Amino acid sequence: MNNDILKGDLLDDNAELSLNDLCQACAGSTDWVLELVAEGVIEPSGQQQTAWRFSARCLQRAHTAMRLQRDLHINLSGVALAIDLLEEIEALQARLMHFEPLDKP
Amino acid sequence: MDFKDYYSIMGVKRDATQDEIKRAYRKLARKYHPDINKESDAEARFKEVGEAYEALKDPEKRAAYDQLGANWKAGQDFNPPPNWDEGYEFSGAGNGHAGGADHSDFFESLFGQHFKQGPQGRSQADFNARGQDHHAKVSIELIDAYQGATRSITLSSPELDQNGHLVTKQRTLNVKIPKGVKQGQRIRLAGQGGVGYGQGKKGDLYLEIEFKADPVYRVDGHDVYLDLPITPWEAALGATIKVPTPNGQVDLKIPAGTQGGGRMRLKARGIPGTPAGDLYVVPKITLPAADSDEAKQLYRQMEQTLAYNPRNKLGV
Repeated sequence: MNNDILKGDLLDDNAELSLNDLCQACAGSTDWVLELVAEGVIEPSGQQQTAWRFSARCLQRAHTAMRLQRDLHINLSGVALAIDLLEEIEALQARLMHFEPLDKP
Repeated sequence: MDFKDYYSIMGVKRDATQDEIKRAYRKLARKYHPDINKESDAEARFKEVGEAYEALKDPEKRAAYDQLGANWKAGQDFNPPPNWDEGYEFSGAGNGHAGGADHSDFFESLFGQHFKQGPQGRSQADFNARGQDHHAKVSIELIDAYQGATRSITLSSPELDQNGHLVTKQRTLNVKIPKGVKQGQRIRLAGQGGVGYGQGKKGDLYLEIEFKADPVYRVDGHDVYLDLPITPWEAALGATIKVPTPNGQVDLKIPAGTQGGGRMRLKARGIPGTPAGDLYVVPKITLPAADSDEAKQLYRQMEQTLAYNPRNKLGV
């Protein structure tokens, strides 16, 4: 066992990735990332492709897209729809939490 | 090792057609995919289903598995009979539906020796690739998000040993959880993922932050909610009362005429950060029980003195 304390990078709202970073982090090709952008799965900020910046949320969505494509063989528009619906469910569950008593078993 | 009943895992009969098995797999894979199903055992179920499918989708493997007989029960102690697979030919490594070679000991004991031509074999040649990224969850208490913490997490990952056998290796990492983390955020630990092939670098490890359910507080993004029971007289007359917060007690002024259903904001007392989250106090008016003559007398006195009709707006 290693006793060192590892300090990673927190991927919060301040994290920004370039197109190249994102490709590396997803082990995906540039073409694949461009398809994700074209399908609206992820939306970079910045006009020029060279100036594109991706948020941590983009990275998370790209990872999810990669797994859904690989494991369930869903095409990209299906993946885009699934991810949107999954996020909506998450948002609804967060709202539901306010109506559920804490002391339930 | 435990016997695994791949047919019951897939929910199909032993004489199911290959098409039925494929349909069952697709359905279960969607149901238990860890990106879709947030139950804690979803990932394990997904892997189990992937393994069952890998054994049953290939007619050769399925025939070999069937030959073990129908009398085995799931969980029964199992050792493969000697030369049990004689006369069966497997078509090499499967293409890893469950995310690679992450199979149970049971699967390995049956089909494992035929998986040798994995990526390890290729590394001898001129082949370099970055290691796989690994993903795991780390559970923290709400207080850890307020103060920061160090968590040790134990990861088990399949690795090939020197002889090319798959072994499950466990390692423990101590990881700093920075102050201000939110539910669902991820921490990337560069180089803590899978081993690369050839000259390839190691992959990264992504840790997803998950808050344990708290008995007192609810967390929504960086805001925190507290249900605060108050008495009818505190609500009606106003009061200054002690309120717990994850950072310690504070005095909170309840304004006179407070009704249930509203909320009071304690600015920047949520999860720290720039900007910090807020703490919302949700007052819940609770009634003392009318369990003595004096208490009943007091309620009757209110009824007579206050002449209060909460149903005015309903027209009754």
